[in-house]
Amino acid sequence: MRLRVKFSKHGALRFIGHLDVMRYFQKAIRRANIDIAYSEGFSPHQIMTFAAPLGVGLESNGEYMDIEVNSITGSGQIMDALNGQMVDGIEVLEVKLLPDNAGNAMASVFAASYSIRFREGFRPVFLSVRSLDDFYGQQEIEVTKKTKRSEVTFDMKPYIYELGLGDDGEVVRLTVDASSAGNLKPALVMRAYYEMNGSELDEYALLITREETYLNAGNAEQPRLMPLGFIGSDF
Amino acid sequence: MRKLALSDDILLQVEKPARYIGNEVNSVMKDKESIAVRFAMCFPDVYEIGMSHLGIQIIYDMLNRFDDVWCERVYSPWPDLDAVLRERRIPLFALESQEPIKDFDFLGITIQYEMCYTNILQVLDLSGIPLIAKERTWGHPIVIGGGPCAYNPEPIADFFDLFYIGEGETQYRPLIDLYRQCREGNVSREEFIVRAARLPGIYAPQLYEVSYNEDGTIKAFTPKRDDIPATVTKEIVTDLTNTYYPEKPVVPFIKCTQDRVVLEIQRGCIRGCRFCQAGQLYRPVRERSVDMLKDYAIKMLDNTGYEEITLSSLSSSDYSKLEELVGFLIDSCREKKVNISLPSLRIDAFSLDVMEKVQDVKKSSLTFAPEAGSQRLRNVINKGLTEEVILNGAAMAFQGGWNRVKLYFMLGLPTETDNDIRGIAELSNKISAVYYETVPKEKRNGKVQIVASTSFFVPKPFTPFQWAAQCTKEEFLDKAYKTRKAIMEQLNQKSIKYNWHEADASVMEGIFARGDRRLCKPIMEAYKKGCIFDAWGEYYRHDVWIETFEECGIDIAFYTTRERGIDEVFPWDFIDCGVSKEFLRREWQKALNEQVTENCREKCSACGAARFGCGICCVERDYS
Repeated sequence: MRLRVKFSKHGALRFIGHLDVMRYFQKAIRRANIDIAYSEGFSPHQIMTFAAPLGVGLESNGEYMDIEVNSITGSGQIMDALNGQMVDGIEVLEVKLLPDNAGNAMASVFAASYSIRFREGFRPVFLSVRSLDDFYGQQEIEVTKKTKRSEVTFDMKPYIYELGLGDDGEVVRLTVDASSAGNLKPALVMRAYYEMNGSELDEYALLITREETYLNAGNAEQPRLMPLGFIGSDF
Repeated sequence: MRKLALSDDILLQVEKPARYIGNEVNSVMKDKESIAVRFAMCFPDVYEIGMSHLGIQIIYDMLNRFDDVWCERVYSPWPDLDAVLRERRIPLFALESQEPIKDFDFLGITIQYEMCYTNILQVLDLSGIPLIAKERTWGHPIVIGGGPCAYNPEPIADFFDLFYIGEGETQYRPLIDLYRQCREGNVSREEFIVRAARLPGIYAPQLYEVSYNEDGTIKAFTPKRDDIPATVTKEIVTDLTNTYYPEKPVVPFIKCTQDRVVLEIQRGCIRGCRFCQAGQLYRPVRERSVDMLKDYAIKMLDNTGYEEITLSSLSSSDYSKLEELVGFLIDSCREKKVNISLPSLRIDAFSLDVMEKVQDVKKSSLTFAPEAGSQRLRNVINKGLTEEVILNGAAMAFQGGWNRVKLYFMLGLPTETDNDIRGIAELSNKISAVYYETVPKEKRNGKVQIVASTSFFVPKPFTPFQWAAQCTKEEFLDKAYKTRKAIMEQLNQKSIKYNWHEADASVMEGIFARGDRRLCKPIMEAYKKGCIFDAWGEYYRHDVWIETFEECGIDIAFYTTRERGIDEVFPWDFIDCGVSKEFLRREWQKALNEQVTENCREKCSACGAARFGCGICCVERDYS
């Protein structure tokens, strides 16, 4: 049986990297006495898959991992057991049972939404509904991405699903491709936005929270974004 | 949520920000308004090293059980953060509360190796605490040192208000009570230190004075007042079963050197190897009961979620209930999917059987520590390991499927000759020959691999070799080249790999190990010139140290290569570690006569530790 666990990551925990979060959960699951399944072989390890790694410094309200278990009690009980073992800054938000045919958390990731706030003194003067519309309304949004070997210029427009300003006029809402094929970092989008406005982005300016991670419940032509936990059920 | 001491921009620019944020599983948060004493416990090295240290976990747990005390942790900021803290004038802080160390009541520093001395100054300096103890006021914490290097605290005497000599479990409660009483009674800091110096095991260096002979040796070491003791006796826990031990050790987020549950099974060692300081300092051998250990193993695994457990002691094979304990761990760990990582055990039928059960045979290698290449020299150092035992153990292991062997030796031991050095090569060769003799061709799993490593011998206080001359750097390197040459001449030389250590750091370690208070000055000067993290090859600046010793008029040879007179007063003689100087003198003489001494289980050699009235000293021996 596979469970999909949703959790948030805030505060000091922003500075714990992805691999260390995995190690953290492996220990927490042992402490919580979850009946997790182990791989075969001489050095068995917990069967566990994380959806999408979160960069150091980012907060999140929508992280996911799948764990394979041998037996289950109830969603609420497992969630409480895990939350009884969490440190300040990580909270388990939901635990769902996955159908047998569900793809794993990592392979299912299609998109992610972000809230982008600005640190004190870093709010760009050009930030407005209109300037964001102008930016997103372009036919093509060219950006140069540096990889280890080379620089590639590509059009990121098809990878942005939503871009706008929150009601308070302070928070940028962004939904982008987060699949393994087209994963787009929110800072890269913001860099292009700054450049269009004749400004250069200092990445430190941004306070980024991943709000949700999505799977595609539609098809390739007509995607329908639903939270990763959508295909699971309470038990 | 806690406010971090470092801003996001700093945490995002330094390597491994998780070193500085605290908040780990089982770390202890208290309401600072409801406690009386704030204690910062420091391991003066980087987080991953410091968090792997068992002693701090024990003291941290104990102090936090006291309702009136909150113990927090602090480690050396890595050089990247060090630079930022200096530039922005951010005071060093404790991990739990993220508040400045300067505002604490105590700063306790464990001193595990000599090469961390400049890091002690780094911690004090970044905290805004005067480096020199006598310049401190009640506005600064009481700086107290402990750990093995506190058994010769003199090279760092100026920097500490107090040293705690011995095991921490016993005197912290009385010391904290005394502190509270003095603070509440408006007693001066100086008077508190005097009163603390009367507690067992507590040494206040500023209350003692040293005079020197013309040749630079110590003439007298005496208390400045007659109401404090002339001798400080080490503190020990007489019953290791009914005492403090953490059920919930702190679990770091990032991978540390020791990333597992550590079960300390006993303290002390029965063996009495003459080069080994720990073997003398921690006498007598005291075991924890096997029932306590079983109970703690389960509790600690349950409370941490670790996937591995290991045993800690100086010589685990000598623990009397080892079979019972390991059997229990194998059974309960299999159930919990926990790995057992065994410390190096003496190679015999039992340990090979256990290793086969708990480890992947193909991956593991056997470890022998003959320490010296010839039987003659092994007798000098009282290492009770014979060639026959090594070769039999190797043969048994090779038949069991092992084909990798690690060998540890020391170069520069007293009385060592070229023959002893050649013995290292010959022993390595004989072991590889055993492989080809015992394992038939069709059963061989590739070639046998022998890795022989040598370290350079540094004489330590409270050992029979405390009188011995240390080699010069040139002599050390010459010995390493001879070892390499001798290995190259062996028949099976292609199966033997040889590693040796750097000689510079061994010279430095030798200066500090048997140093006196006159070294405080060069340590301070080297720190001011930027020396920190001397234990890390990439930061160790040998040339700066040598230059600083010259500037301070320190003759390195006086501390290292000089053989001490048998009646010389040593800087550490005021400490009574249980083992008498008379016993050590006898052992030094026996070493020179190539005579071995029985281990504590075979026979009592009257070292002096029996007066603690515990452990092996109180066990009936079977002389039949």
